[in-house]
Amino acid sequence: MRAYKPKDNVQRKPYYTDRYWKAPQVAKFEVESDEVFATDLAAIKAKFEVSDAFIQVQQMTVWIHPSDIYAVLEFMRDELSYTQLSEMSAIDFLAQRDEFEIFYQMLSMTKRKRIRIKYSIKNGAAVDSVSKLFRCADWSEREMFDMFGIQANGHEFMKRILLPYDWQGHPLLKTYPLQGDEFAAWYEVDKIYGKEAREEIGPEIRDTSTIDRYDSERFSRLGHEVPKGTKITGDEPAHKESYQEDGGVFLITKLDRDNSKVIDDPQR
Amino acid sequence: MAQIKNRLSPFFENITFDREDNELILNFGPQHPSAHGQLRLMLHLQQEQIVKAHPDIGYLHRGMEKMAENMIYNEFMPTTDRMDYIASSANNYGFALAVEKLIGLEVPRRAKVIRMMLLEINRLMSHLFWLATTALDIGAMTVFLFAFREREYLMDVIEGYCGARLTHAAIRIGGVPLDIQDSFIAQLKTFLDKLPANIKDYEDLLDTNRIWLMRMEEVGTISKEMALSWGCTGPMLRASGVAWDLRKEEPYELYDEVEFNVPWSDKGDNFARYRMYMEEMRESAKILYQTIDMYAACVKNGETELMAHAPQYISAPKLDIMTQNYSLMQHFVLVTQGMRPPVGEVYVATESPKGELGFFINSQGGAYPYRLKLRAPSFWHTGILTDLLPGHYIPDVVSIIGTTNIVFGEVDR
Repeated sequence: MRAYKPKDNVQRKPYYTDRYWKAPQVAKFEVESDEVFATDLAAIKAKFEVSDAFIQVQQMTVWIHPSDIYAVLEFMRDELSYTQLSEMSAIDFLAQRDEFEIFYQMLSMTKRKRIRIKYSIKNGAAVDSVSKLFRCADWSEREMFDMFGIQANGHEFMKRILLPYDWQGHPLLKTYPLQGDEFAAWYEVDKIYGKEAREEIGPEIRDTSTIDRYDSERFSRLGHEVPKGTKITGDEPAHKESYQEDGGVFLITKLDRDNSKVIDDPQR
Repeated sequence: MAQIKNRLSPFFENITFDREDNELILNFGPQHPSAHGQLRLMLHLQQEQIVKAHPDIGYLHRGMEKMAENMIYNEFMPTTDRMDYIASSANNYGFALAVEKLIGLEVPRRAKVIRMMLLEINRLMSHLFWLATTALDIGAMTVFLFAFREREYLMDVIEGYCGARLTHAAIRIGGVPLDIQDSFIAQLKTFLDKLPANIKDYEDLLDTNRIWLMRMEEVGTISKEMALSWGCTGPMLRASGVAWDLRKEEPYELYDEVEFNVPWSDKGDNFARYRMYMEEMRESAKILYQTIDMYAACVKNGETELMAHAPQYISAPKLDIMTQNYSLMQHFVLVTQGMRPPVGEVYVATESPKGELGFFINSQGGAYPYRLKLRAPSFWHTGILTDLLPGHYIPDVVSIIGTTNIVFGEVDR
């Protein structure tokens, strides 16, 4: 029987985990332990719904409601002097609870404090764009869309940023395969001639060492070309073809076919 | 003109070039020599003036965040080299510090001093490289040769330390792998003693150079608000009137023990940024002199530890591994399975030569990071070109890209 592999998370797994292993937790501290954070949190709590808040590694994490994000960041920027959005992106928790966690890393230069604003959205939901507040979110949200497929409402140019526009899939999803697509060689054929032509055309041969010398269609007989479709038996005379104009090219010595050596040993 | 869509021509090739106005769309890059890597700029031009700029990135995208999710923590270290490959130790350090914060490690003092030396050497290398390439873009060939000569000397010092010149991987999670070689201090001192004269040479060549001033002064002015809104950091932000340096504001390592100034300017133009790099080189030299003394003090006090002691996360010293069974077993598990940091999140920012280099790690207690977000400063320094370039002329594009100091290894990651 084949080993079961979960489809919702195809990322690499450690080959061995102790069955009694219980991961420890990074220490979380009460927000009250830090004066500045406590005041900021009180100010946020007075206006918005906060579901959880704690301090971890000297930074405060505040969990808010997804629909408040624009107002919260605007409030933090204008009233609490968190003037910079350092970073924002998503974390894929689709396999565990069909959700993405979105985080916004805020920095106050006057208080020298960093706050992480977080919320969860369901798979398929869109976030509210904050690119009107912070220009840098313009590119961050595009990157988030590129990597996770999460749309940002109100974004002016919601297109991929790092990958080509015609790319399929979103690479940072846990469902995204780690290996390349083994059927990629066929896509061009499928698109142009249709799937039914696969057998007739055959797979593309990319490995030059496997070129078939009896193939009259794929430039495999350089220096010994025959008309397309010729039945090749192997005893045709070498056909000398000249690729240069009669006068020759300026600065380039004319290739003398008769006195030149054709190297036909690929392993030379 | 009506576009005919068929199966043979995918949509991205169906671009209509007939436009009714005089606007010319110029494709700058991705192979333009002054695009500093793989930057493609789509510039909408009225005569020679840019009315709209659209930076297109991703030509060097290697999916480092995805790679990180499928690697043990130590395995990812050499990959960080390939972000900002001009100053790769700075990336190594940012990642190492983030993981150390996550697992709560305290690094031995001697390792901290060596790390600071490496970081500042990398800053000097990066700034010299910036000066050389930007000057070359503007046409100052002599400065290019001079600055590369000095950078070469620093690369020799680094090569003596870790064997590599560009991709150092010279820092480990929990410390540094090696002590500095015997010749390190002497080589570094020789370099530092010469550096002020070298910097003066560059300045003599550039500061009063009419061409340099014309290309630099009042060109590419970034206002303070624009810099903050676009998430600019490092010299880009300091040239726009915000004296913000993470080494001063959120000191890591031993930066709170060394004396140095944070240069800043309120001009915000290309020339201000050029001055930032020159002044920062002087400050780096100042820090390096102090780290040499700190290192001497470490040697004197007999502080020989180079890696933190945390058997759960960090392998024991080589001598222990070779002589003690338990250390060998621990090492085997750490190399094959990897360390498993506790469940939690951390965002750690360090001042790389380009700006704020941040590592966000979400750990679910596994051997691989559950999510790792790389906050590369150059990403937004490229984004700002969208708002910065309109109104400028074509030759300004080259000098503006030059002074933003973007490196595509970290823009595309």
